Amino acid sequence: MTPLLQVKGIEKHYGARIGCKDVSFDLYPGEVMGIVGESGSGKSTLLNCLAGHLDSDAGQVIFDTRADGPVDTLQMSEPERRMLGRTDWAFVHQHARDGLRMSVSAGGNIGERLMAVGDRHYGDIRDKAIDWLGRVEIAESRVDDRPTAFSGGMQQRLQIARNLVTGPRLVFMDEPTGGLDVSVQARLLDLLRGLVREMGLSAIIVTHDLAVVRLLADRLMVMKDGHVVEAGLTDQVLDDPQHAYTQLLVSSVLQV
Amino acid sequence: MSEYNFAYLDEQTKRMIRRAILKGLAVPGYQVPFASREMPMPYGWGTGGVQVSAATLTPEDTFKVIDQGADDTTNAVSIRKFFENTAGVAVTEETEKATVIQTRHRIPEAELTEDQILVYQVPIPEPLRFLEPRETETRKMHSLEEYGLMHVKLYEDISQHGDIATSYAYPVMVQDRYVMDPSPIPKFDNPKLEMSAIQLFGAGREQRIYAVPPHTKVVSLDFEDYPFEATKADHACDLCGAENSYLDEVILDDAGNRMFVCSDTDYCRSRRAAGHVGRLGTEDAA
Ligand SMILES: Nc1ncnc2c1ncn2[C@@H]1O[C@H](COP(=O)(O)OP(=O)(O)O)[C@@H](O)[C@H]1O
Ligand SMILES: [Mg+2]
Ligand SMILES: [Zn+2]
Repeated sequence: MTPLLQVKGIEKHYGARIGCKDVSFDLYPGEVMGIVGESGSGKSTLLNCLAGHLDSDAGQVIFDTRADGPVDTLQMSEPERRMLGRTDWAFVHQHARDGLRMSVSAGGNIGERLMAVGDRHYGDIRDKAIDWLGRVEIAESRVDDRPTAFSGGMQQRLQIARNLVTGPRLVFMDEPTGGLDVSVQARLLDLLRGLVREMGLSAIIVTHDLAVVRLLADRLMVMKDGHVVEAGLTDQVLDDPQHAYTQLLVSSVLQV
Repeated sequence: MSEYNFAYLDEQTKRMIRRAILKGLAVPGYQVPFASREMPMPYGWGTGGVQVSAATLTPEDTFKVIDQGADDTTNAVSIRKFFENTAGVAVTEETEKATVIQTRHRIPEAELTEDQILVYQVPIPEPLRFLEPRETETRKMHSLEEYGLMHVKLYEDISQHGDIATSYAYPVMVQDRYVMDPSPIPKFDNPKLEMSAIQLFGAGREQRIYAVPPHTKVVSLDFEDYPFEATKADHACDLCGAENSYLDEVILDDAGNRMFVCSDTDYCRSRRAAGHVGRLGTEDAA
């Protein structure tokens, strides 16, 4: 089987400081990859390099495109990459306000990607928006409310709906449960797990919270100082960590 | 007036503006940046339109200015006087006689010809501004034809008002390529944007010029189930009886009596002169 994504030798520096270095892995269709590590270990840098939000200094991010098969997205033209970003790829930001239009209704937020790819039937767009509100457990009656009127957990669920409505083949998530109350986190995690299973989503999830990867990720990469220090099946890594740093992480000495 | 160059601006500035106009005509609907000059009037008075007119006028031209359809508002009178003084051009209130018409908020009712130029005063040239305030991002959206956001605005309209409530500055797609703000004309005027005359748009404060050449395809954005409609008040003009002209509502007295009259005063006047009479009109009203 062709990997959905092949990451080869990704590297990013901020001046003299290493953002991330020598990162390589394959992601297969339907797989969820977790990236863990303490704050400042390079998780967000890596994710943004993969998603094309940051320019990498070296490496390849080869995506199995629908039209042309495996293509290095870092070599794509900007229009091609942006098109990918609103069709087959989705990006869930840690702060919902970075991924939502706060002055646009919930329905409009969900509908945007549909309209961006050419949907021109208001009734259909609205029906899909309402359907997706339901799937992320937001009442239909809130469809015309702006996200400013939503709680943090609802905003994050709305951001997820807005991203998944076009059925992307790959979802990038940066600390999707970060900054939320613990009880709200649990509900969001359940919801995400349901969607991942139901839609067979392929995803790369960055988090410093091991509970998140335990629930969602098939495989795991542990990052420290911009490098991947350990990788493997999630349960294996968490239950039998090999690297000293991972052992500390798992023993929660380093838990934030 | 001898202390000014013809039409106030110096020749070098006019050449710079003409280059922007030509580029605008070559790429219909594309907003061309230009170095807007200080004009001896406030921005709200249409300094963008005035600069485009200044670069367009020749001594042989006949100039007309309308403001919301009327030739006699302070704004229209001032701009007309300005070019009378600085360019010495002939001026007129009759649409047919004008070769250059500067306008704010309306397209004349009379069909314009290929011998005419219509210059619009534009306050905000960027149609995507409403939802995306970042200029770098809107420029990218135009260059990549990423116009989904424009429909988000229309979606919001319908979800809030049950219909597309945008009635002015209704966005259009020009020649299947650029989404354009036609300036705050009523959407009733949108179908007229496909015309024989040259249309030039000038935004002074925002330093943008754009254009629609004659016979260019201009399509108002909409949804399949909420098609664009060029609506107007469901009345005839009370003075000239016109059924198909854009109307202003005028309150007549405290008792709530009102009348509807053509917003295009020259159109109404010429109809009355030709003998048309509306509900409240009299034969000698003209
Ligand atoms: N824009 C930036 N400029 C300079 N250094 C940065 C920038 N963003 C991140 N860094 C540095 O790169 C390293 C990795 O950061 P980041 O990817 O944000 O880590 P994480 O997401 O794991 O917390 C840190 O040392 C951080 O200080
Ligand atoms: Mg981070
Ligand atoms: Zn009339």
